[in-house]
Amino acid sequence: MKYTLNVNGQSRTVDVAPDTPMLWVLRDTLNLTGTKFGCGLGQCGACTIHVGGVPMRSCMLPVSTAVGMKLTTIEGLSPNGDHPLQKTWCDGDVAQCGYCQAGQIMTAAALLASNPQPSDEEINGAMAGNLCRCGTYTRIREGIKRAAAMAAPTA
Amino acid sequence: MSTLTMDRRSFLRLSGLTGTGLFLSFSLKNGTEVFAASAQAPTGFTPNAFIRIAPDGSVSIYSHKPEVGQGIRTALPMVLAEELEVDWKQVTVIPGDLDPAYSILGMNQSAGGSNSTPTSYDPMRRMGAMGRMMLVAAAAKNWNVSASECVAEAGVVHHKASGRKAGYGELVAVAATLPAPEAKDVVLKDPKSFKLLGTRVGGVDNQKIVTGQPLYGIDTVVPGMKYAVYEKCPVFGGKVVSANLDQIKALPGVRDAFIIEGTDNVTGLVPGVAIVADSTWAAFSARKQLRVTWDEGKFANQSWAGFAAQAKELATKPGATMLRKDGDVAAALSSAAKVVTAEYSYPFISHANLEPQNCTAKVEGDQVELWAPSQNPASGQNLVAQVLGIPRENVKVHIIRAGGGFGRRLSADFMADAAAIAKRAGVPVKVTWTREDDLQHDHFRPGGFHFLKGGVTADGKIAAWQNHFVTFAVGGRPGSGGGINPTEFPARFLANYQTEQTPIDCNIPMGPWRAPGSCVFSWVFQSFIDELAHAAGKDPLQFRLELLGDKDLVADPAPASAPAAGGPPPPAPYNAGRMRGVVKLAGEKLGWGKKLPKGQGQGIAFHFSHRGYIAIGAEVTVANDGSLKVDRVVAACDVGSQIVNLSGAENQVEGSVVDGLSAAWLQDLNIENGRITQGNFDSYPLLRITDAPAVIESHFLLTDNPPSGLGEPVFPPVAPAVCNAIFAATGKRIRTLPFTSNDLRWS
Repeated sequence: MKYTLNVNGQSRTVDVAPDTPMLWVLRDTLNLTGTKFGCGLGQCGACTIHVGGVPMRSCMLPVSTAVGMKLTTIEGLSPNGDHPLQKTWCDGDVAQCGYCQAGQIMTAAALLASNPQPSDEEINGAMAGNLCRCGTYTRIREGIKRAAAMAAPTA
Repeated sequence: MSTLTMDRRSFLRLSGLTGTGLFLSFSLKNGTEVFAASAQAPTGFTPNAFIRIAPDGSVSIYSHKPEVGQGIRTALPMVLAEELEVDWKQVTVIPGDLDPAYSILGMNQSAGGSNSTPTSYDPMRRMGAMGRMMLVAAAAKNWNVSASECVAEAGVVHHKASGRKAGYGELVAVAATLPAPEAKDVVLKDPKSFKLLGTRVGGVDNQKIVTGQPLYGIDTVVPGMKYAVYEKCPVFGGKVVSANLDQIKALPGVRDAFIIEGTDNVTGLVPGVAIVADSTWAAFSARKQLRVTWDEGKFANQSWAGFAAQAKELATKPGATMLRKDGDVAAALSSAAKVVTAEYSYPFISHANLEPQNCTAKVEGDQVELWAPSQNPASGQNLVAQVLGIPRENVKVHIIRAGGGFGRRLSADFMADAAAIAKRAGVPVKVTWTREDDLQHDHFRPGGFHFLKGGVTADGKIAAWQNHFVTFAVGGRPGSGGGINPTEFPARFLANYQTEQTPIDCNIPMGPWRAPGSCVFSWVFQSFIDELAHAAGKDPLQFRLELLGDKDLVADPAPASAPAAGGPPPPAPYNAGRMRGVVKLAGEKLGWGKKLPKGQGQGIAFHFSHRGYIAIGAEVTVANDGSLKVDRVVAACDVGSQIVNLSGAENQVEGSVVDGLSAAWLQDLNIENGRITQGNFDSYPLLRITDAPAVIESHFLLTDNPPSGLGEPVFPPVAPAVCNAIFAATGKRIRTLPFTSNDLRWS
């Protein structure tokens, strides 16, 4: 089946089975491999993308229901890889293996978009769906707080 | 510093590479990393296989070790850059493929056992120093002055007397014509003058990671590639009898489906059914229709409940092997003031790398090319050569960044699968394991049972220690991490000590899991030491310091006869002085002895492994309902005289703390009817951010010892420190992992 999708501001037409999760459309068909496969069951968050600005697990989102929605992947989060979170993730050297971090950043970006100054509890609550097997959680919290501070109005 | 000297032959081989070798370039093609070999010597200066300096002064450093999240792709190039005297901003790090050119001066291309830093630190310094000396010599030649009058600094050679200076780029043409210095003449920098080492440096792939650039094994795309899945028998060692292959081949997007006969080696090429398709999803979808008749073999009855019952039965009898017997344990126990008896047990667990196992393979005739997220590419090369019956040299391995290692990727089963499927398919294939494949066909951390008895004297010392360890073996050989070393602490520190070991034979594949052995033994022994401290009425930290004694080096007495020629070297002495140092530091940083209300507690534990001396202090809160919160964890680490990358080191400590908690708190694989019953993270939870400690502190005690690795040694003492804190908070002793199988409610 042919589907026309809006991915990172571009119109892309793909020819795949209707039940194909967006994860595999992105990775295998559109060659956008920044979105990662971790569990295929919405348990780990490695495949998180934005659907109309809302963080969603692309492994659970069939292509047929993604038509007409504004899809953003890690590759399209910022024009030059300079979203505040991308900066604080590099400055704070958050990653170890790094495999989960695209998903972490996408979830965190949606959090900051709706709640620019989250508390520690709000950060924990928003990020609880994203596993980091290497255990970089303290740096993830710090990266979000520093990005929030960058965006905060200065006194 | 260590006194590693350069082997003359290796040195000549390296020198011979100058300007003429086969070099690899790295380019982006269709958004995918493609490695291209070029017989053309690149321009510039290549004093050895690890360095290339271009005429424009840009510096490439080749990273030969697999990167799995331990940060070695940043750390070792930093070591080289320090000695080369270049500005880190000038440096581009290029991942190397599996290549004998890198296996010099005792180095290899495996990333395991926290061995990369200790075995590569000195050689990488020498590689850098060699380049620096040749560039200085080139400048001296140009200026017709003595090299001793010239100084290299941040990519520029200066002649102080005349004020002349030249950038490395200007010197490469002349440097490339000079002979490399003799090994004995390589002069290393004084570590006091280090500018880069010991600072915090971000990982070299960070920008690619945060922008989602293709980087991992699973991101590999090669021309003409198809996508494959591989179904193995859920019972370990089972074989394929038949499968509905014709039906599968008729499904949409499926190119082929076939049986791979495999071998009996449960950690090698395992029998199964492959499906090759046009996309990963087509392969996954077709697999749902796959019906396989298995011959489950003779291990279809094994179960965890059965193992536990068998262990209890075995514990009533003498052990199969007496690993060590010092003094008279029975007599010491009978005269002890108090005796503590305890059974400790822990389950099999999985590595659960977040990037599932995968490998891309291309087979043309008797030539194989692999793109593998491997920790040990040479073992993959060997296994693939063996499985396909071709010479090892015919197997080319590209080492691709891996989404987590933890020991899983030291095994090469996923590379053998891919090569066998690609050969049969006749096209390049990427084999992707599902999460369920990954969890159920891991090479697991073995479970185990310890039946302990300890006694304390009236004056509060350990009178005797007795352990019967029931472990797991395949074909009579204990699994990786399933055997206790006879010198494992507290052996050598007690007059009356004995450990027996009995294996249960099974067919469960086992493999190295972060700090093999230590990752569980530390929990058992440091918990039991805590039990003995409380039985003795002693402060647990003070009790530990007294146990460590006042000698610095504690070794076994010299054997009566000289060891046989070619036999294993005697075990290194235990450096009790280093351990006392970190125990005291952890206590100090934690604020040991703080008065806390019931429900809150402090715990301490220490462990030596992988050349590292580590103590962990923990503070926890346990609510009345038994819910646990780990408030603060303090790590005191002695890994030698020099931290390479402070940020990377701290990251390893923080990650080890979280991993140590995750494994001990939550992870538990059940086995029924010969198979793993869990399949995904819904039934096999990992620690989430909500349960991660609010504070993790890393403290490094620098001592005059060679720098060693940090991937593993911090892990082992985490769980016992937390369990000891839980006991302090609640009076409840955790003797079974995971924590969740214990009732921690209190009133």
